Amino acid sequence: MSPVHGWNVALMTLVLVTLVAIGIRRARHGHTAAVRTLPGIATIERAVATSVAAGRPVFFVPGSRDLDNMQTVAAVALLEPVAAMVAERDGRLVVPTNRSMVMEAARTACRKGYADAGCADAWHDDQVLYISDDPLGFVAQVDGMIVREKPGACFFFGFFASESLLLAEGGRQVGAIQVAGTASPVQLPFFVAACDDTLMGEELFAASASLSGDAALLGSLRGQDLGKMVAVSLLVVGGIAATVATVTGWGFVHDMAGVLDVLLETR
Amino acid sequence: MIHPLAVSHDFGVWVGALLTLMVFSFLYRDNPFYKFAEHVFVGVSAAYWMVIGFWTTLWPRVIVPLIPEASRIVSSDTPLPERDLSAVVPAVLGLMMLSRLVPRLSGLARWPTAFVLGTTAGYAVVRYVRSDFMHQIQATIGDGVLIPAAGGGWNVAESLAALVTLSGTIFGLIYFMNTRRGGTVTTPAARIGLLVLMVTFGASFGSAVMARISLLVGRLQELLGDWLGLL
Repeated sequence: MSPVHGWNVALMTLVLVTLVAIGIRRARHGHTAAVRTLPGIATIERAVATSVAAGRPVFFVPGSRDLDNMQTVAAVALLEPVAAMVAERDGRLVVPTNRSMVMEAARTACRKGYADAGCADAWHDDQVLYISDDPLGFVAQVDGMIVREKPGACFFFGFFASESLLLAEGGRQVGAIQVAGTASPVQLPFFVAACDDTLMGEELFAASASLSGDAALLGSLRGQDLGKMVAVSLLVVGGIAATVATVTGWGFVHDMAGVLDVLLETR
Repeated sequence: MIHPLAVSHDFGVWVGALLTLMVFSFLYRDNPFYKFAEHVFVGVSAAYWMVIGFWTTLWPRVIVPLIPEASRIVSSDTPLPERDLSAVVPAVLGLMMLSRLVPRLSGLARWPTAFVLGTTAGYAVVRYVRSDFMHQIQATIGDGVLIPAAGGGWNVAESLAALVTLSGTIFGLIYFMNTRRGGTVTTPAARIGLLVLMVTFGASFGSAVMARISLLVGRLQELLGDWLGLL
């Protein structure tokens, strides 16, 4: 990337960050945007209620990567309201993790969730387990736990690689209601096939904002949508300009397509 | 071609084959053989990653920079590297993580966690804007949706592919607009976006299943070939 083109990245970053900042500021002043209904969220609530009513534990797996992965952060954010849901119904939550930092973050989130539900005393740190950094070793143990403890609900949120189908099949084998959420496009098909509901891509981030009801998160979501509108506008304008320039060879359209090309140039 | 049975005399091959069969036994139901393989796998992998973590991170990035003489423990003729006191920072952050073990000091562990989250978020913003936003938009626009053929006229197949890519991306983005009123997927554009996603998932599922089958073939080759000598 040339130094000149570094400026276009800086400009685009500034635009997108500003949109998110505006969204957060407006939300803090009471202008919160409504989040569209995500079927996965309703299934989470149903799964927790059904599982607890049946006296079965609830499993929550916050991905198989460390805290330096944004999906893990989103999964841990989602864990807090789920922990509160389980605590309110006097259920048992089990959170297997495969990174020490994720284990610590998950314990903090669960502690807060239980406290929010007024059940701080019911929480025990050993409900969040560290198993192994190795993803497949982790899956082997979690699948074994699922088969032995027979959870009524399994939630798989965050980044997964080849573990996705192995985990989801384990839960399906014991008849658990399963909800997954990942932004990993290669693994989404497995979750879609094996789970009752799947939060696809950015729905994972939207779900944590929606469940928590936090104004800053909801505002951030609005800002991200404005960013997507920018992307759609650039695609429509760029697509039309490039096509017209190719078909007609008109100079000004060619120049316009060229400007867009320079604006988006990253190599 | 199937050869007469010629069972391997290699201890490693036997261990691999028996552990594979123990794991496969889970397909029937949970059983003591699977439990044994599971615990061996978890124990070995946890220990393996701890050793990897020590020799690839702790040793070269913290211990040797702070105590260069330590490098002589591994190799006596290694030239001593210069002392790098900046390694104190990760060392202290790492020790702060261990403060969880002392309830009175457990709050200190939040600092390294916050450090990791903060640097990740800051670093990821620019990286994502560049590669996942700008570069993707530019690649999707390409040369538009009408691609000229080499001998004049239009290349119908490539033009169609470009049109599907551009429109699929736009509809997909519309599907992921999360802040709007109404039900699950309200607009026709969002419905098309969902359809595009599902078609993509179907294709991706097929290719991933093929990759898994090749893994299974690899294990069967090891069982029937290396272990039993039938292949």
